[in-house]
Amino acid sequence: MSDAHESRFVIRDRNWHPKALTPDYKTSVLRSPRQALVSIPQSLSETSGPDFSHLKMGRHDNDLLLNFNQGGLPIGERIIVAGRVCDQYGKPIPHTLVEMWQANAGGRYRHKKDSYLAPLDPNFGGVGRTLTDRDGNYSFRTVKPGPYPWRNGPNDWRPAHIHVSISGPSIATRLITQLYFEGDPLIPMCPIVKSISSQEAVQSLIAKLDMSMANPMDCLAYRFDIVLRGQRKTHFENC
Amino acid sequence: MPVQLLPETPSQTAGPYVHIGLALEAAGNPPREQEICHVMAKPGAPGEHILLMGHLYDGNGQLIRDAFLEFWQANHEGVYDTGYALEKSFNCFGRTATTDVGEWTINTVKPGVVKNALGFPMAGHINVSVFARGINIHLQTRLYFDDETEANAADPVLNLIEQPHRRESLIAKRCRVDGKLAYRFDIHLQGESETVFFDF
Repeated sequence: MSDAHESRFVIRDRNWHPKALTPDYKTSVLRSPRQALVSIPQSLSETSGPDFSHLKMGRHDNDLLLNFNQGGLPIGERIIVAGRVCDQYGKPIPHTLVEMWQANAGGRYRHKKDSYLAPLDPNFGGVGRTLTDRDGNYSFRTVKPGPYPWRNGPNDWRPAHIHVSISGPSIATRLITQLYFEGDPLIPMCPIVKSISSQEAVQSLIAKLDMSMANPMDCLAYRFDIVLRGQRKTHFENC
Repeated sequence: MPVQLLPETPSQTAGPYVHIGLALEAAGNPPREQEICHVMAKPGAPGEHILLMGHLYDGNGQLIRDAFLEFWQANHEGVYDTGYALEKSFNCFGRTATTDVGEWTINTVKPGVVKNALGFPMAGHINVSVFARGINIHLQTRLYFDDETEANAADPVLNLIEQPHRRESLIAKRCRVDGKLAYRFDIHLQGESETVFFDF
């Protein structure tokens, strides 16, 4: 961003985010640093970041009902997932890249390493991307992903979720997270969800049914708003 | 009451299938017309062309084969050109994933010197973010170059690392691959040679 020189980003609250080591999510045991993170001041290397507003999107990149079409529609509940990306001051973040990926309605990913019993859907790829509009809004159309079992505890299941990746104005705002769906009883049982200690923080990852955005006789809609680190101007700094 | 800002959306792991969303070919899927990729510098780009490569290791020293990494660096003149476009010969941003044999690669040019907020020059470096299954919030580090001994010794960020021997974990090792200049940068998520990760 052009004003990166004069910007700083609000420091991340690392007690709000999940900690690196969360032993109930077993893979984190060997993949979490044991040393403390080293705090460094933000320089241009941290306050700048890529601007993807000129990346050419395909016509259906944000429409998972159509972007892997092999002559039919995917099986599953048709839904819209939409929301707004803003920063911690409530300022909308325009023209930023939002990417997402998910399992199909049966809980199976189109990934060469996923071997779950549920079948692939020939008409579903499970990947989408879009840019937010000038007011920070984004939307996707897809099917609701299914829950699936995973090797962690002997009988652990992931709640239905969509992975969401947001770029934001700087590498300091980079974020990858997962959205869950209101009313899913698997949410409070999930060791990955429980890597977050604050219930309020967990709630902020649960997309809410939004009947006002649903298309009658067509699809339901869920709202998922995203907050990235606040960007502020520097005042009286370093002089 | 101090001023309360909106809380940032909390992170969740990118998981084992991150590639279907962000590195489609690594998942075995066809790419779209335009994909953000590991070629940051095309052959005609100005600057000293280098291949970056490395492995990631877990706390038992086992290779991590499902990682996804992002790179952000200045161009050869030390300028951050933020606009990403595949038509350009050089982009300051790149993405890569570890393959089934556990190695990642990036084609880029050696970055120029950038000054920190106090106007002090930093040694040429690349900001690296690491995402993978088991990583709840991405890890942020920097890659430096082992043939920049003097600049590294004066680098204001490296010097914030209290134990000098830990600074070594951020220094990529110069080598040659198929006759071309390359640097090897192995990342250890945990253990004796644990890489330094930053908070900023």
